[in-house]
Amino acid sequence: MIPQPFVSLDGIAKSWNGKIGVEDVSLDIPEGAFVALLGPSGCGKSTTLRLLAGLEIPDEGRIVIDGRDVTNSAASDRNLSMVFQSYALFPHLSVAENVIFGLKVRRVPRAERLEKLRRALEITGLTGLEDRKPGELSGGQRQRVALARAIVAGQRLCLMDEPLSNLDAKLRHAVRKDIKKLQQDLGITVVYVTHDQTEAMSMADIVVLMKDGHIQQIGTPQELYNAPVNTFVAEFVGAPPMALIKGHALAGFDNAATIGLRAENIRLEETGKGRLTCTVTECEFLGAETFIGLAHEHATGLTLKAPGMALHPSGHTVEIGFADDDLHIFDSGGKRVARTSLTPTAKRHDQA
Amino acid sequence: MSNPHANLERRRQAIYGWLLLSPAALLLSVFAFYPSLATLWSSTFSRGNRRNPSEYIGLENYADLFADPTFWLVVRNNLFYAGITIPVSIFIALSMALWANSKIPARGFVRTAYFTPTVLPMIAAANLWLFFYTPGLGVLDQIGALFGLPSVNWLGQPETALWAIIIVTIWKEAGFFMIFYLAALQTIPEDLKEAADIEGASRWTYTRRIVLPLLMPTTLFIMVNAMINSVKLIDHLFILTKGGPSDASKLILYYVWEMAFAFFDAPHAAAMTMLVLLVLGIVAAIQFFLIDRRTHYQ
Repeated sequence: MIPQPFVSLDGIAKSWNGKIGVEDVSLDIPEGAFVALLGPSGCGKSTTLRLLAGLEIPDEGRIVIDGRDVTNSAASDRNLSMVFQSYALFPHLSVAENVIFGLKVRRVPRAERLEKLRRALEITGLTGLEDRKPGELSGGQRQRVALARAIVAGQRLCLMDEPLSNLDAKLRHAVRKDIKKLQQDLGITVVYVTHDQTEAMSMADIVVLMKDGHIQQIGTPQELYNAPVNTFVAEFVGAPPMALIKGHALAGFDNAATIGLRAENIRLEETGKGRLTCTVTECEFLGAETFIGLAHEHATGLTLKAPGMALHPSGHTVEIGFADDDLHIFDSGGKRVARTSLTPTAKRHDQA
Repeated sequence: MSNPHANLERRRQAIYGWLLLSPAALLLSVFAFYPSLATLWSSTFSRGNRRNPSEYIGLENYADLFADPTFWLVVRNNLFYAGITIPVSIFIALSMALWANSKIPARGFVRTAYFTPTVLPMIAAANLWLFFYTPGLGVLDQIGALFGLPSVNWLGQPETALWAIIIVTIWKEAGFFMIFYLAALQTIPEDLKEAADIEGASRWTYTRRIVLPLLMPTTLFIMVNAMINSVKLIDHLFILTKGGPSDASKLILYYVWEMAFAFFDAPHAAAMTMLVLLVLGIVAAIQFFLIDRRTHYQ
């Protein structure tokens, strides 16, 4: 028997005045998973989260949480907590009052309330700041108050809507680890919206990549990185993104519309031995490695990852090589094609 | 220790500061400070006539006022007037704002309708209400007649005259205060409501625990304004009752005006003005120092 998913979205659709928010979104989330909804702005990831939270009601489809159909239930009946992008802290209430607001509303006895407050503040490292107002806290502290408010009630499902987007880069990195650890320690299920693919890839067990209201791919970070189902996923995931080369530019790949190639799989070749001849456009030195941007008339986003310091003057012509095994093949619709279905010419080339 | 350059710089800053202050200081001096002092000064002189020229009499004018039963009646009227108009207009303004801020059909129309009384001059509003109150012809009597009720002279009898005035004031003020509440409500982010929803807070809990506290600065501002208006706003008295019948609807400022320009008794009017200034100052100070401390400003 297949275990019931903890959260299940089935054929969800929502539109406003004929404008599609999300369409045909189906997603199963096992208990204890960290799921990232990833995509560019306007892709419907926040809408999906709001539908799940009960802040919006879907036009079509079914939402099941913990075996209960909550499609049309109010937000408060869904037994979940949420961290907002703006944190949505009540500005006139102290940290403690903000955190226990929900407990008070649900008439939790005072002693239990204080105990839960103490624990939540301890977990989020806010002990000692109980009486401060949100206005007197730093951005990172406010973020932790929002987290404390989300975990204090002990709900098993926690929704997070771009919780790190208002923090500076350094803090973001630290809080990312904190959130992940918190999720694992508490064993809760987290659905996390972000437009930052690094965030999604580093934190999530399951990444759901969306575009224009539709799910593009659901999978582990490895699956999205190593086997993108279409060119959109290929170009969205990874830094730098996957380079796309027109099939006819590469000998033996005439039947493939587009070929994808990751930066780490490209190497420089001696003159005459390379498979593509490109021009260097820019070099980006990052310490441990250097990204060399390359231009080719039939390719976009070609980047070569070279170890250490490897600067080349721009305008310089170089030849690059790569193994066939590292190529990702896409058809004319942008869909991934299994390598086994390749034309014999390509196979011949493979063996060569 | 002091070097000449730093001194010069300090002096330049001081001059700059005074230059910035001077326009407001000048206007306030001419139109507020000097008149107040002049009023205080003239309230200590007797009323002069051809036989007895005006002379310094100290606090005698004030003593006269305290001995005047009409003065006390007017004070009582005004306290009652303020005691009803301030809380009721604030309550109505808040209710209307909460309603007009929610997602209702024809929201623009509702807001405009509420605001209309505010754009009318008080004199025009009073004339409008004259049509409602007039015995026999008035709208109220016409409606009453449909149910067989006897004609009532709302403005003409001591028991109802002040109430009639109060209702006009509330009608006029509530829409104005609603605009302030509406503006304040728009600054409350939508996601606070959503966060409260997820925590399971009812609409009432959200209003009581989140919205009302966040509106406190506005409420304080409106309270001070409503209080000042309860003394200042007397235009409608001229149209509706002229303070009558038998002083039942007379308010302090109207009495001051009457004293000064109908009875030509400027010293007593000046004394009364000083008392009004004093009381208003004390109440405003109490509002700001006591309530301000418990108010959260964003």
